[in-house]
Amino acid sequence: MLYREAGQYKTNYAADMAVFPILQDRIGMAVILLIAFVVFPLVCNDFMLNAVLIPFLIFSLAAIGLNLLTGYTGLLSLGTGAFMGVGAYACLKLTTFFPNVDIIIWIIASGFFSAAIGVLFGLPSLRIKGFYLAVATLAAQFFLEWCFIRIPWLYNNSVSGAIEVPLRTFMGIPVTGPTATSLTRYLVVLSIVVAMTWVASNVVHGRIGRMWMSVRDMDLAAELIGIRLLRAKLLAFAVSSFYCGVAGAMMVFLWYGGAEADVFAIDQSFLVLFMVIIGGLGTLIGSFFGAALIYILPIALRAIPAAFGLPIRPAAAEQLTFVIVGALIIVFLVMEPNGLARLWQIGKQKLRVWPFPY
Amino acid sequence: MDIIHKVFIDPFVQMGMAPDLLVQTLWDGLVGGVLYALIALGFVLIFKASGVFNFAQGIMVVFAALTLVGLHEHGVPAFVALGLTVVVMFVLAFGVERLVLRPLVNQSDIILFMATFGITYFLIGFGQLVFGGNPKVMIAQQLYLPNGAIEFKGLGGFVSLQKIDIAAVIIASVMVAVLAVFFQRTRIGRALRAVADSHQAALSVGISLEQIWVIVWFAAGIVALATGIMWGARSEVSFSLQIIALKALPVLILGGLTSIPGAIVGGLIIGIGEKLAEFYWGPLLGGGIESWFAYVIALGFLVFRPQGLFGERLIERI
Amino acid sequence: MRAPSSREAALGEVLLAVEDVSLAFGGIRALTSVSFDIRKGEIRAIIGPNGAGKTSMLNVINGFYQPQSGRITFKGKERTSMRPYAAAEGGIARTFQNLALFRGMTTLDNILAGRALKMRRGFFWQLIRHGPALREEVEHRRRVEEIIDFLEIAAIRKVPVGRLPYGLQKRVELGRALAMEPDLLLLDEPMAGMNLEEKEDMSRFILDVNQQYGTTIALIEHDMGVVMDLSDRVVVLDYGRKIADAAPDDVKSDKNVIRAYLGEPHGVSV
Repeated sequence: MLYREAGQYKTNYAADMAVFPILQDRIGMAVILLIAFVVFPLVCNDFMLNAVLIPFLIFSLAAIGLNLLTGYTGLLSLGTGAFMGVGAYACLKLTTFFPNVDIIIWIIASGFFSAAIGVLFGLPSLRIKGFYLAVATLAAQFFLEWCFIRIPWLYNNSVSGAIEVPLRTFMGIPVTGPTATSLTRYLVVLSIVVAMTWVASNVVHGRIGRMWMSVRDMDLAAELIGIRLLRAKLLAFAVSSFYCGVAGAMMVFLWYGGAEADVFAIDQSFLVLFMVIIGGLGTLIGSFFGAALIYILPIALRAIPAAFGLPIRPAAAEQLTFVIVGALIIVFLVMEPNGLARLWQIGKQKLRVWPFPY
Repeated sequence: MDIIHKVFIDPFVQMGMAPDLLVQTLWDGLVGGVLYALIALGFVLIFKASGVFNFAQGIMVVFAALTLVGLHEHGVPAFVALGLTVVVMFVLAFGVERLVLRPLVNQSDIILFMATFGITYFLIGFGQLVFGGNPKVMIAQQLYLPNGAIEFKGLGGFVSLQKIDIAAVIIASVMVAVLAVFFQRTRIGRALRAVADSHQAALSVGISLEQIWVIVWFAAGIVALATGIMWGARSEVSFSLQIIALKALPVLILGGLTSIPGAIVGGLIIGIGEKLAEFYWGPLLGGGIESWFAYVIALGFLVFRPQGLFGERLIERI
Repeated sequence: MRAPSSREAALGEVLLAVEDVSLAFGGIRALTSVSFDIRKGEIRAIIGPNGAGKTSMLNVINGFYQPQSGRITFKGKERTSMRPYAAAEGGIARTFQNLALFRGMTTLDNILAGRALKMRRGFFWQLIRHGPALREEVEHRRRVEEIIDFLEIAAIRKVPVGRLPYGLQKRVELGRALAMEPDLLLLDEPMAGMNLEEKEDMSRFILDVNQQYGTTIALIEHDMGVVMDLSDRVVVLDYGRKIADAAPDDVKSDKNVIRAYLGEPHGVSV
C-alpha cells in the first residue's frame, strides 16, 4: 500500500533508466543519507562509531570492490586482502614523502597504486578462468603478503614491522593519528564511501557494467558483440583493486590507526569474499548487507548471550561466527545464490502488493 | 654482472661445494612434496568423481588429525581413536553429500567451489569449538610411528633423514598404490571412473551417483587422515596447516586436476622446487620465499600450459 | 515468390568470399576445401545433413575457429584469421544454435549490450553518468526500442532472459544481433525448436531485416520449406565438403543433395 508505483509514469527513457526509478526508493535513500550524516553523529557513542559503523563502511567499500570483480565480471579473486594492503602501504609512503598534502587526497590516490598492481596480477585472466584464476590471485596474495613483511621500506623501516599512522589534519582538524576523534574519522569515511558508491553505481548501470556482466555470463558471446575481453577484464581488476586499495588505506589510517602486515593476510580475502557471496553477487546493496551481516555477527554473538546473562568467551564467539558463516554460505548458495540482496528484492516485491498476498 | 653471477652461478656453486646439504635439501623437499601430493590426491579423487573442486581438503586434513588427537586426549586408546576417526570422516562425507552436494547438484562449478569455502570455514569454526584452537601434538608414538633419525656420513658432511619422514614416504607410496589398484581392479573403482567420465552415462547403467560421491569423499577423508597423521607427527597439529595445504592448489595446476600420477609428480616438483629455491636463492631476497614460490610457478604454468603436465586440454565447443 | 530478375538486380557485389577453406580438429576434418561467396543484400542458406560442418563454417567466418588453409575475404579485405571481436567490429553479427544470451540480464540489457561497439562515451563520463554518458544511453535506448518494436517483444523487455520461453529467447538473440547494425548477419538455425506460427514470425522478421535494412544474411536451416521460401542461393555441405551451390529450385532437384540427405535409392523412386 505504501510501496506502490501506481501513478508514477515515466515519460522519457532517462527517467525509466534512472537508478532509483521508484519515488519511494528515492525517499528511502534520502532518509538513509540523512540518518547517516546527521542523526548518527548526534546519537552514537564512540564505541558505535569506532567498532561498528566505521568498519562496516570500510568493509562495505572493500566488498563493493570485490563485487565489481567477482559479482559483476565473474572473475573470482582471492587477493582482496593483499590489494587492500597495497592501498594502505601506498598511502603511508605517499604521506611520508609529502606530509603537507591532504591525507584524504592520498587515501584516494593510493587506490591507483592498488589498481596498477591489480592490473598486473590480472593479466593472466586473458588465458585462464574460474578456479585457475583464483589460484593466480592467490599468487598475488601470498607474494604481496611477503613483500609487506620483507620490504622494510614499505613500513618506513619501523622496528615493530607495523605501519604507524602519523598525525594528519584536514582544514585544521586532526583526521588521522591518535588525536583524531571518532566523529571526524566517521564523517570522512562516510563521505568517501558514499561518493565512491555513487560512482560505482554509475559505472554498473552504464555500458561498462553491461560489458562486465556480458563477460561474466558468456565471454564467448561477449567477444562476438565486439567486446575485447582482456580490456574488459583488466578494467575490472583495475577498478576493483582501486576500491579495495582505498578501503585498505582507510582501514589503517582512519580506523585501526596502525597495522601489522597480517591484517592483509588471506583471511581478509576470504572474509570479504564471504561478504560478497552472502550479500549478493552482482549487486551493490548486497555488498552492504554482506558486510553488515559478517562484520556484525560476532559482535552480536557476544552481546546477545551477555544480555541474557550467559557470557560467552570472545574466542568462542569468533569460532561460532566461523561455524555460522560457513553454514550460511552453504545455505545461501543452496537456497538463494543471489544472496541477501535478492531476498531484499523479494521483500520489496511483497511490499508492493501488501496487504494482498499477490 | 654481479646480479647475474649471484642468481645464475653462485647457487649452483654452493650446491656443488656442499653436496650433503644439497641432498638434505632435496630430501626435505621430497618429504614436503609427498605431503603436498597427498593433499592434492584428495582433491583429484573428488574432482574426478564429482567435478567438485574441494577447497576444504586442507581443513579436512586438520580436522581428521584433530579428531584423532582429541579423542586420545579424552582417554580413548590410540587405535580405537583411529577407528573412531575413520567413522567420523565417513559421517563427514555423508553429511557433505547430503547437505551440500545434493542440493547443489546442477549448479555451476563456481557455486560448488564456493560451497566448499563454506565447508572449510564451518569445519574451522567447529573444530576450534570442539577441540580448542591450540596446537596439539600428534600421538605418533602411540600409533607406533618411528621417531629419531638415520644419519649417515658422506658426501663431505652428513645427511640426516628423520625416520618419520621415511615412514611418511613409504606410507604415502603404499596409499597411492592401493588407490591405483582400487581404481583399476575393483568394481567400485570402475564405477568411480565411470562417474568421472560422464554422470549421465553412469546413471544410465545404474550407478548411484550419491553413493559414489559418499565413497569418494570418504576416500578423500581417509587420505586426509593419513596426511594429517604424517604431517602432525613431523611438526604439530594446528590450524595453520590449513593455509599450508593451500599449496596443493599449485600442485594441482602443475599436475592437472584429473590425474593421480600428476598429483604425485606435481607435488614432488613443487616440494623439491620450493625447498631448493628457499635454500639457495632465498637469501638473495631476504628469505621466506617459500610462502609464494609455489604459486608463482603455478602462475607461470597457467599462462603457458593451462592444463598442467598431465591434465586434459579443455576444448570449448560452441 | 519474388520476381527473380528484379531481385537479381537488387543484389550487389560480393560481400564475403570463402576460398578453399579447410578446418580440422585433431583428426576430425570439419571442412575440406569449401568455397562459396555471399553477395551484398542476399539471403544465403547453408544446408546439409547433421555434422556436415555448417556451424563450423559460420564459426570460421566469425573468427571463432581459424582455418588451417584457405582464404576469407570480407568487404574486399582478406580476413582469414581474425578474432571474434574484430569480426564484430567489421560488421558481422551472429546468432547461435544453442543460444548465447546473457542470462543474468534482462531483454533490454541484452539488446543494449549489442550496442556496445557503438557506445563511445569514455570512462570518465561513465563515472559520473549524468551528462554525456546518460544522453548516449538514452539515444541508444531509442534505437533498441525500435528493434524491440520490430520484433514485437516490448512486453518482455524487463524480464530476465533466463525466464523466457525458447522462442522468445531466440528473438531476443536476433534483436541483439540486429542492434549491432551488421553488414552481414549469420543465423545458426534460427527456427530450431519452433512451431509453425513461430517459424512464420521468424521468417517474416528475417525477410524484413533483409528488405528494410538491406542486411546480408547467411542462415543455416534444416526446414526445407523455409530455405526454399527465403533464400536467394543455397550452399549444400556434406561431410565438410561443398556438394552444391545454386538457386533453391536447382538445389532441390540436385542428385548429390538428395543422396546426401536420403542415401542411395534401393529401387524406391524418390
